[in-house]
This record gives sequence, structure tokens and C-alpha cells, in this order.
Amino acid sequence: MTFGESTRIVTARLHNERSWTISSYLAAGGYQGLRKALTMTPKEIHDQVNTANILGRGGAGFEAGRKWGMLRQAQPVYLTINGDESEPATFKDHALIEGDPHQLIEGAVIAAYVIGAAQVFIFVRGEFPLAIERLQAALNEAYDYGAVGANIFASSFSVDVVVHPGAGAYICGEETALLESLEGKRGYPRIKPPFFPAVMGLYGAPTIVNNVETVSNLPWVVINGGDNFAALGEGRSKGTKLLALAGHVKRPGNYELEWAKVTFRDLIFDPALGGGIRDDNELKAIIPGGVSSPWIGPEHLDVSLSNEAIAGIGSMAGSGSVIPMDHTTCMVRAAWRIVRFFHRESCGQCTPCREGGGWLEKILERIEMGQGRESDLDLLMDVCDNISPGVSWPPAQTTICVLGPSMPPSIASGLARFRDEYLAHIREGRCPFPPDRLPRRLARV
Amino acid sequence: MSETNSAVSQVADPADPGVVVHLRKPPVVTASAVGTAPPRTPSASDTVTVTIDGRQVQAKAGEWIIDAADQAGVYIPRFCYHPRMKPVGMCRMCLVEVEGPRGSTLMPACFNPVSDGMTLHTRSPKALKAQEGVLEFLLVNHPLDCPVCDKGGECPLQDQTLTYGPGETRFVEEKRHWDKPIAISELVYLDRERCIQCGRCVRFADEVAGDALIDFAERGDRTEVAVFPDSPYSSYFSGNVVQICPVGALTSKPYRFKARPWDLEQVETTCTSCAVGCRTVVQATQGQVTRLIGVDSDPVNWGWLCDKGRFSYPDASDAGRVSVPMIREGDELVESTWAEAIAKAASGISAALRFGGGSSVGVIGGARLTNEDAYVWSKFARVALGTDNVDAQLGDGLPAQTVLGLPRATIDQAAAAPLVITVGSDVKDELPVLYIRLRHAVLEGATQLVELNTTPTGLSPYAADTARYKPGELAALAVAITSKSEPTGPVAGVDASTIASIRGHISRAGREAGPSGPAVVVLIARPSLAENDEQVATAARILAEIPGVAFLSGLRRGNIHGALDMGMAPGILPGRVALDTARSYYEHHWAAELPAEAGLDTSGMLVDAARGHIGALVLLGSDPLVDFPDADGALRGLVGARFVVAVDTHLNESVRRADVVLPAAPWSQRRGTFTNLEGRVSWLGQVTSPGSAWPEWMIAVELAARLGVDLGYESPEGIWAEIEKLSPLHRGVTHEVLSGPYGRDGVVVPVGASGHSTAAVRPLDPMADPGISSAERHKVAASSLSYGRAGAGSSSAMKPAQPRTAQAPASDSGPDAQVEPATPPLVGLPPVPVPSPSKPAGSAVGGALTLVTRRKMWDGGTAVQSSTYLSGLAPPPVLVANPAELAALGVAEGEKVTVSSAKGSLTVAASADAGVARGIAVIAWNLPGGRVGELIDAGDRLNFVSVEPGGDK
Ligand SMILES: Cc1cc2nc3c(=O)[nH]c(=O)nc-3n(C[C@H](O)[C@H](O)[C@H](O)COP(=O)(O)O)c2cc1C
Ligand code: SF4
Ligand code: SF4
Ligand code: SF4
Ligand code: FES
Repeated sequence: MTFGESTRIVTARLHNERSWTISSYLAAGGYQGLRKALTMTPKEIHDQVNTANILGRGGAGFEAGRKWGMLRQAQPVYLTINGDESEPATFKDHALIEGDPHQLIEGAVIAAYVIGAAQVFIFVRGEFPLAIERLQAALNEAYDYGAVGANIFASSFSVDVVVHPGAGAYICGEETALLESLEGKRGYPRIKPPFFPAVMGLYGAPTIVNNVETVSNLPWVVINGGDNFAALGEGRSKGTKLLALAGHVKRPGNYELEWAKVTFRDLIFDPALGGGIRDDNELKAIIPGGVSSPWIGPEHLDVSLSNEAIAGIGSMAGSGSVIPMDHTTCMVRAAWRIVRFFHRESCGQCTPCREGGGWLEKILERIEMGQGRESDLDLLMDVCDNISPGVSWPPAQTTICVLGPSMPPSIASGLARFRDEYLAHIREGRCPFPPDRLPRRLARV
Repeated sequence: MSETNSAVSQVADPADPGVVVHLRKPPVVTASAVGTAPPRTPSASDTVTVTIDGRQVQAKAGEWIIDAADQAGVYIPRFCYHPRMKPVGMCRMCLVEVEGPRGSTLMPACFNPVSDGMTLHTRSPKALKAQEGVLEFLLVNHPLDCPVCDKGGECPLQDQTLTYGPGETRFVEEKRHWDKPIAISELVYLDRERCIQCGRCVRFADEVAGDALIDFAERGDRTEVAVFPDSPYSSYFSGNVVQICPVGALTSKPYRFKARPWDLEQVETTCTSCAVGCRTVVQATQGQVTRLIGVDSDPVNWGWLCDKGRFSYPDASDAGRVSVPMIREGDELVESTWAEAIAKAASGISAALRFGGGSSVGVIGGARLTNEDAYVWSKFARVALGTDNVDAQLGDGLPAQTVLGLPRATIDQAAAAPLVITVGSDVKDELPVLYIRLRHAVLEGATQLVELNTTPTGLSPYAADTARYKPGELAALAVAITSKSEPTGPVAGVDASTIASIRGHISRAGREAGPSGPAVVVLIARPSLAENDEQVATAARILAEIPGVAFLSGLRRGNIHGALDMGMAPGILPGRVALDTARSYYEHHWAAELPAEAGLDTSGMLVDAARGHIGALVLLGSDPLVDFPDADGALRGLVGARFVVAVDTHLNESVRRADVVLPAAPWSQRRGTFTNLEGRVSWLGQVTSPGSAWPEWMIAVELAARLGVDLGYESPEGIWAEIEKLSPLHRGVTHEVLSGPYGRDGVVVPVGASGHSTAAVRPLDPMADPGISSAERHKVAASSLSYGRAGAGSSSAMKPAQPRTAQAPASDSGPDAQVEPATPPLVGLPPVPVPSPSKPAGSAVGGALTLVTRRKMWDGGTAVQSSTYLSGLAPPPVLVANPAELAALGVAEGEKVTVSSAKGSLTVAASADAGVARGIAVIAWNLPGGRVGELIDAGDRLNFVSVEPGGDK
């Protein structure tokens, strides 16, 4: 099987010339999905989406159709598109917004039509200036074209769409923090219950939050039917998945692949995909689904990249960011970098995440700098346990959101596999990896 | 456009007719969006059974686990949870183990509701590990500077660490460092190193006080409480964040390093700085008051205090404190002894009585007194002075009959009434904690607010409707909103649609009213001190016709309601009864003849005094030169009175003009009862021993003795017993009731009227309001509080030889006593007044603006100005007017203007506010550097001023 020819849904137009403009989009059949949608009832589309079984692409993997079904039909209903994508090594939505903003707008308007929203907010990570510029330009084009605004394509349906640039906090990708931020407040995840914004969201009104990739699938599903979407993939993992392959591979990048039909080995080593480990080094470990997921090892190379299969080996598919690490990687340093990221992005509400995160960061830094003690390994695990009781995955979440419990996995799974490497740091009093293999500069933020 | 598009409207771009511009209105903000927490389940009436630590207990369905556990006597550790704020689940200290179908889970107890059959463990190994883990995390960056921390000894972090925390630290790294402490306002310091990021302060500022001036900044363990650049945390309620901070991160300037908690003596009392009467604990060390902590009284203050109440307690270091008697020698007041001063005062008064009789003496003031003081002074004036010239108000309030006769509401009733109408008052400045309660009620959707006010107030943002009426036309507005027929055009400058909407609110309230509470509660206050009370009294009477209406009085001064209830007003006798209906009753019980007719109010007395008709004037804790609206009238009155006795705690401007000054015991040195604006009587505790000052009742007793009348009182408790027996208003409110378990909430009089508290007695919650219970056992023994030891004279030493009138309380009446007269009725509603055209409306010259003036919390008054910490908080006086008004005058923002009236002129800076209607000039009352009173003629219905650019014209 050649993966390059696999069915493309969301990235089909990315290589067209000036793919972000409306002329390019229309030439490639753009807005036909919306035109068709407006001839259908919201319920008919909702049924198609249910048939398609589109799992949310933002990380939690909740079926989009089921989420929409949770709305009590009270007014107003808001639709919010989550384009905050700020996790290290995750860059799929970035590509979709920059490369095909009209597809996102079309999908958003279709979703708004189904749920009866009159107002859509697209929340885009503030550090994506080009994406914001192109999306805003596309939105203006879409308004002029009649695809957004009052009486879309002369129908009775009207909706407004607003692009809202984020203000620089990763936590605003968490859907309730995103809503707080939209309301003009500090980006704090909200306490649950209520568990879903569909019950109480923006300004207290029922709100649907969907990921950019999730929504970008909708025009295709409307045109081709939910069953054609569901014909792709396997189990719960239907359709295609846009995988962001980062880390030590020869060909990092975004790959849209039929879901559940590729293994880690395919993704990393296929010449049309990752093309193998850099410098043909040895593969040491894989972060399979974003930096909060527990690490897996080379023995898992033949596991399929489906939601279920990755969950089956105690990790998660997350938003689809795969990071292979080669044998030159210091596992203490890798964990330190990840924990440092999460701690510094912790919104600071929950004591375990705010203080525990800072503490973990300091212990890991100490070990990496050769100041560790053997007792630190138990201490690390106990601090992890106090942040995420049981250090299990998925976590027994005792914090407001899952950012806090996202810190322990890289430590726990790293320690389980590479305890000797931690001990080497401690016993040798320095990092055993050659300095030229280390990133030149570790910014001390 | 379809219904779903209500949030969006479109207009054509005028520059390019082909382009449609989309205007986005902000989406509808619902009440629940104001806080991010889910709304508390209100319909929690049925009970559920929960098993807590193996014990089955009943709980209210929907109640938070933490509350249910508290009720069951099981303590769950906590930091961020505060019973008077929405839970946020931030600190994670309250994790408990809850059994579920798929094994047990750890849940925060502070925002998960109980459900029937729930089994939870607060001290299981799993729960304990989680609790210890959180405490260890909190200590990771905590500086542990307990030895130098004000909170040491009463610190929830210390206390909970001992019970739930780890024994020793495993943290070896460097702790986080910040500059410490930093001043975030004139009164509050922040030490970020000690902060545990519980968010109580930030939430209080936003959620409770509505002053979102502090917030968190940064992320991770660098998260810090911060103020916005160039904007200090200047809130009227800032002291509360110090009170509820569970560590020593927030400290107040006045208390900083003053005491250790274990050295504090404390007693529960009521704040008497304004008429709200917030319950509080006052703490003292070495005879000095050091701190007030709000106590959670459910019907009143919910634990909150305003900064004026909290920080303006009298202090020995206050500028101008009077502590020894003084007598005038020429131009000077010189220190004297009690014996000499009392003798001098009595002889001055006797002289006046000999020449002019009772009508030539008068008593001005009394709102700062306790009820007992007021009762004794009320009786003293009638019996010993033979006068009815007594007035606790200073021409700045409302007619006594209006206040006493209107049907009353409680604060709770207002907070639950379908409609609250505020008239005249800026509640945030004048009755601060009432503002907190009303704002809360509006935000919770429990009530709606309509504001009838000439200018914007602190409550304006929460009003459903606001009528910015023309000064002087309140009565017409009241008619328009209550009469049967809809007005066709604007009334009192308010457009017909606003009036129609207010009328709609009133009829809605009538439909929505519950079976017990009032439909409409009107908070009635004097709209402006530059306008006499005629309009507001008429309006009150008209509004009293609204079906199901009840009133809250907006009179703000301390115990003014107690003073009025005790008869400190002309024509009124103790017990809210009228002189003419109660004369025989009191003549019988007091065994004395009472004045034949009603006397003069303050403005009458000052006018009479200016004419030379007053031989002796007693200033009873009052400062007419500053507080009487007409400064010139007050001065002429004081100069005209031949002899002035001042009874006061401070040497204010009027007191400096007195012939004899008698030092009164300040609030913390006396005990007795207090009556708030609801008519709620509560017990005032005494925490410091009296110095050489005397409580006012004792001064009256001694003066009476010198005048040949033995009033015979020896203690506040004895006086109260007589009040309870004689006053028809206070029957049943015995000292036992007031000092018993319900004493914290007080008792609304008359008993049996609305709002008698039946709430369960709540223990003081050291986690909600740290600092109270840890010092409680140091309560002062009553024996150390008796009076007359430290003073220069004592009651017994000065007993006169021959009492003129026998003291004869009811029980003492001998066999030959007359038949006891029937108990007189309480004062009723005054008749609907016919507006009198007699008084002139003041002379408006061309281009003149109507002057409107009201009080600010921080002003030039004695309470604020005598305090080292507060005096700087009063803003400079400014003239606020509509921008168009200033533009017409050619005056820029901040520029100096001269404001003049027939009486005088004043130079102040000008400031524009589009919320102020045209034709009005607003200048706050009595700010340092600008006495508006100098522009006002109290005889005028309205006062007009002309404004010219430039200073000192
Ligand atoms: C800390 C944190 C960060 C997140 N960041 C993102 C993000 O950047 N983009 C995103 O789509 N979802 C993110 N999520 C997931 C969202 O909360 C939410 O589940 C998702 O947007 C729902 O959309 P979907 O159902 O289409 O996946 C994040 C969640 C957490 C806990
Ligand atoms: S887990 Fe961390 S990021 Fe999430 S709400 Fe708590 S403190 Fe904030
Ligand atoms: S300053 Fe005090 S109240 Fe405010 S967040 Fe810190 S610990 Fe809590
Ligand atoms: S509102 Fe009034 S009673 Fe309450 S603290 Fe302030 S001054 Fe005292
Ligand atoms: S999380 Fe419950 S008290 Fe803080």
C-alpha cells in the first residue's frame, strides 16, 4: 500500500495554488457541501454526522454527533471552533487553517446550521499570525460571497463568524478555559460539573466546542455521505486522521491517512511517510499522542495508530502528534522539557498542578544537572501520585482539568523504561549524553 | 432576519451603500455567566441520607458535601472555599473519597453536591494521602516566616498543616522569591511569597464587592495576586480580603505588627459607624483597639465590613481625642475635672432654664449614642430640662415621623422582594454593606432594582431601570409611577417610557410577591443635602400607597434609628410613640410632667439660637458646623446660643466652640444596645476599660443630679430593663434574649414583626474568617469593665442632696399610684401631605445649576479625619457636571472653577460625567478643602449655584 495515495479529506486541496483563497477553493468544488447542506434539514445532516462517527480531533475523542445531540434547544446556542493548538509538536490545525481556511469556514457554517447557532467564534492561537491573517481574509471573502452572514446563499439561515486570536496561553485550548478567555476573563478551566459546555458554555449558554480538524471534515461528509466516511477506518476510529509526525524522523510533517490502517512502523519508516529515524539511528521511544501521553517503546511499532489500539497499550492517540525519539535522546531531559512546558502553562488554579508541577520541574532539572539523589526517584513518583493519584492513564483526575495529570506520564513511563538512565545521571553526577547531542540552548524562561 | 440572529444587526455603511457592515452586539449575559461556577441548586428542600465516615446523616439535597459535613460535625480541610462565595474548587484541599459504582474516587467536597445514598470518607488512607499531598505542595513555596507573620497563631495554613500536613519537608530546592510586602492600596499590603493562590481575595473583590481591581497574573508557580498598572486596590471593602486571606499574604496597615493573636482580648459587638449595624468582633490589646473582624450575621452582614467601619475605630492616638473634661476660659478650652465641668455645665443650663424655661434649652445629636444612652438623654431632656427640643438628626435626614411611621422591611426581605426601589441614597457610599447585600440579591436574580436618583450611584450598574429625575421633583415622579393612569409625557425630566417600565416593574412585583414578604421594598433617603426634606417625605408617603410595600430607612448615621426610637426627636417619646398620645403614659411611669407641646428640630433650634432665644444648647456627639447642611446657619446658631455644652469623643469644630466639653466614652469602652436601620436591636460589647471618659447615660445622670433630678441609673443593663418594661416597642427584648444564642443576629423590634431571626445558631467559622475563634477564650471578664473607677469622679461621689423628682419606675408604683394608663400606640403613617407652596425654591439666576450634594465614604468628617490611616483617603472636592455643561462654560476636565451661591463660593476642580443630567452640579458633601455647606441655605427648597471658569472668584 502506498500511503501517499490514501484517501485525502481535509488536506485534499492543500497543494493547490493559493489554496487559501476563495477562487482556488471554489475551483476545487468549495462551498458545495454548504450549498447541499442548506437543502437538507439540520436533522438529516446530524444523522449523516452520526453515521460518519467523527471522533473529536482535539484530543478527547468524543463523537461530534453525540456532542451536538447533548444540546437542549435553548437559545442562544454558540459554536466555538478550537484552533488554539499550542502543544509542542502538534501542528495539524495550523496547516489546515493556513492552507484551507475556507474549508474550516464551510464546516463551521454547516455545524452552526445543524445546531442552530447564530454566532460562531473561531479561536485561533495568537502565535499563528499567518493563519489568522488568511482566515480573516477568507472570512471576508466568504461574507462577500454570501457563504457567511445574513441569508446564506439566499436561504433563511444566517450566521456570523468571528475570528478571535488567542492571547498566548496553552491552557486556552482546554475548552472551558477557551470560553472564559472568549468572555474576556483569565483563561481558567471551569470546574466540572457541569461537565460539558453543551450544557453551560459561553455566557452561560449551551455551546459546542469543536476542533478545527473535526469541523473541516464536515463539507466532505455532507457531500459524500456519512457512510462513505465511516467506510474508512476501523472500529471507533473512522475516516482519515491527520497525523503530525515530529521528532527524530527523516521526513517530519503532517500526514493524512486512513485511520487505524497504519502502524507506528508504517508511519515512522515508510519512505513516503517518516522515512526512518534520522541518521538511521536507533529508535529509543515514541510519544504516541502528544506530550501528555505515556511513552511507548520499539516493541509497540506494530501497533495500529487507532484510538482503541493505542489506548489498549496504556497510552492515547490524543490529537495525533507522534514523536519518535532516537537513542541519542536523554530521557531525563525529555521529561524535564515536557514537565517544564506543562508547569509553565499551568493556569495556577489547582495546587497539585501549580506547585507539584514546579516541584517536578525542579527535581528533574536537578537530576539532569547532576545534583540528583537516588531517593529522588521515589520522590518523583510520589509527587506524580499526589498530582494524579495512581499515576494511571487515563488519569483519575482530581484537578480541574487534565493539564496537571499530563505531567506524570512522561516521568512515570520514562522511569519505568529508563530507570538506569536516571540512575546514571545521579551516580555520574552529570548527564551521560554527549553535549553535542543536546539542543544548543535551553531557554531559561 | 430570523429569530436566531438576535445578537447581530446589520447596517449599511453610509460611506458605501453597497457594503453591509455587521455590527455585533455583545451576546446576552445571563446571571449565571457572572460567576463561572455552576449556580447553586436552589430547590434544595428535601433531605437525603449520606454516610460520612461510617455515620449516616441527613443532609439537604443539592447541598455541597463540605456543608453537609460541617452540619454533621465532620470537618473537611479547606482553603479556597468560603461559605459566602461561590465555590471554585481551586485549592484541592477538600478532597474526600466518594464510593461509586466503578470504585471510589477523590472529589473536592466544596463543589460537589451530596446525593441520596452517597458514601464518603474524609479520613480514609486515600483521602488523607491526597490532603497531605496538597498541604505539602502548598508549603513547597511557602516562606514559613511564621515568627514574623501577622497571621501566626491564627493561621489556617498553620492549623491545617498540624492536623493534615506532612511532618517534614521533602523540598530541597530554592523557593520562589518576590519583593515583600508590596502596598496594593493605602490600607493593604500583599506578601506574594506567603500567598497560597486560593483566590479568596480576587473572588471577593469581583464577586462580592464588585471592584475587580485585583486579579491573578502569570502562570504556574509564578502565579501571583496583582493589581493593574497604575490602579491600586482602592475599594471600600478592601479590609475583607485581609480578613479572609487564609495566610498572612494580605495584611492591613493599621494592624500590621500591632499584636499577636494570643495577646488579644476580644468581644463580639456591632459596628456603629453607620446604620447597617454589621456584626463584628473587636479585639484589643493593652487597652487599645487593634482590629475588627466581621462576624457572619445571617440577616445582616454575612461577615463583611466596610473599610470605614473596620478601620475608623477610635484610637488613643487619634488627632483631637477628648479624654478629660474641659471648660472655657476666655478663648481657650482648658483641662478640668469631672466635678468642676459637670458643675459648670449644670449651672449654665440652670441659668438658661431660670430665664427662659424649657423652650430655651435644646439637645442636638444622639445618633452616636447607645439605645440606653439615648433613652436616658431623652428622659433627661423631658424630665430634667423640661424641654422637647431634642433632635438626633442634624437637618440632614428625614422627618422623624416619616422614618418611624412607614411600614418597615428587613434587609433579607429587601434581598428577596421582587422589586427594590432606591430613592436618593448612594448606598455604596452611605450604607456600604447594604450595597453588598443588594448587589448580591440583584446578581442572584432574587430581586430587581429600580433607582430614583438625580445622579449615578454605586448601585446604578445593577439597576433594571433608572429614573434620573430633576432635583426637587421627586414627589411628582412618585405620583407618576404609582398613580392609576399612565403619564402621557415626561414627568420630572424622566421620559414616559422609563416611567412606564417602572410602573411595569411595580405591577410585576405585585404579581410575583410571596405570601409573607413585601412585594416592593423602598429604600428611602435624602436625595441631596442641598434640598430640604419636603419632597422626599411627600414621595415616601405616596410610595407607601403601593400595595405590599415596605421601607428601609436610608438614614445613615450610626444609631440614628435607636435614637429616634428612644425619642430623640421632637414630639417623639421612647418606644416609637408620639408625645401627644404617650404623654400620660410616660408622665405616669416617669412620675414627672412632660413638655406641653412638641419642640423644635435641629434647624428650628439653630434658628432660635441665632435669634438669641436659646440659653443653653447641648451638643450630644454632634458637629452641626460640619454636618448641618447650612454651614452659615449652624455657625449663627452656635454663636447665638448663650451657653454650649458638648458631650463628645473628639474635639470637632463645633465642640471647639463649646463652653464645657465632657468626654464621652468611645464605642469600644461602653456597652449597651444598638438599633440598625431595620429596627434590629443588638448587644454592643465592651472590650477596653473606660479611661477618664464616661458613657453618655452617666453624664446625663450626673447632670440631672446637679439639676436636682435623680435619674437613678447605674448600669446599661438596668436602663435596658426599664426600656424593655416601658417601651411598647421593646417588649420581650430582654437582656437575656440579646445576650443569648440568637444575640448575634439581634432582634427586630417590635418582636413578632417581620424578620425575627429563627436561623440556627452558627458557630464562628475560623476558616471563613480566621482570627476570631483563636482568641475567643481571652474574652474580658465583665467585672473588669465597671465604670467610674478610672474617672476623675464617680457617680456615687457626686450624688446630689435633694432629688426634685422621685425616680419611680412602673413596678415601684405604690398603692396610691393612679391607674396605669394604656400603652400608647406606635407612630403611624403621616397623612398624605399637601405640598406646601410656602417655602421658596431658592433663587435661580440665569445659567445657574441645581446643586446636588451627598456623602462619600471617605470625607472630611471626624471619624475619617482623626484617623492616621484614613484621613488621606478622602478625595479632593470636585464639581461633577454633564460634559455639555462644562463645554458650555468652556471648562476642561480638571480645570479649576468657582462655584457660587447667594451664601458663598468655593473653588474646586471640574470633572465631566455623562451620567449626570444637564442642569445639575454635583459636589460631594464635606470633603477636605471644600465645604459645600457654605453654599447652602437650609431654608431653600433647592439651592442653585453659578459656575465660572477659574479659581477664587
Ligand atoms: C490542556 C488542554 C489543552 C487543549 N488544547 C486543545 C487545542 O489546542 N485544540 C483543541 O482542539 N483541543 C484542545 N483540547 C481539547 C479541548 O478541551 C476539547 O476537548 C476539544 O477542543 C473538543 O473538540 P473535539 O471534540 O472536536 O475534539 C485541550 C484540552 C486540554 C485539557
Ligand atoms: S489542572 Fe492545572 S491547568 Fe488545569 S485547571 Fe488545574 S491548575 Fe489549571
Ligand atoms: S492573597 Fe491570600 S486570599 Fe489572596 S489568593 Fe493569596 S492566599 Fe488567597
Ligand atoms: S456598613 Fe456600616 S455597619 Fe457595616 S461595617 Fe460599614 S460602617 Fe459598619
Ligand atoms: S477545592 Fe475545595 S476548599 Fe479548595
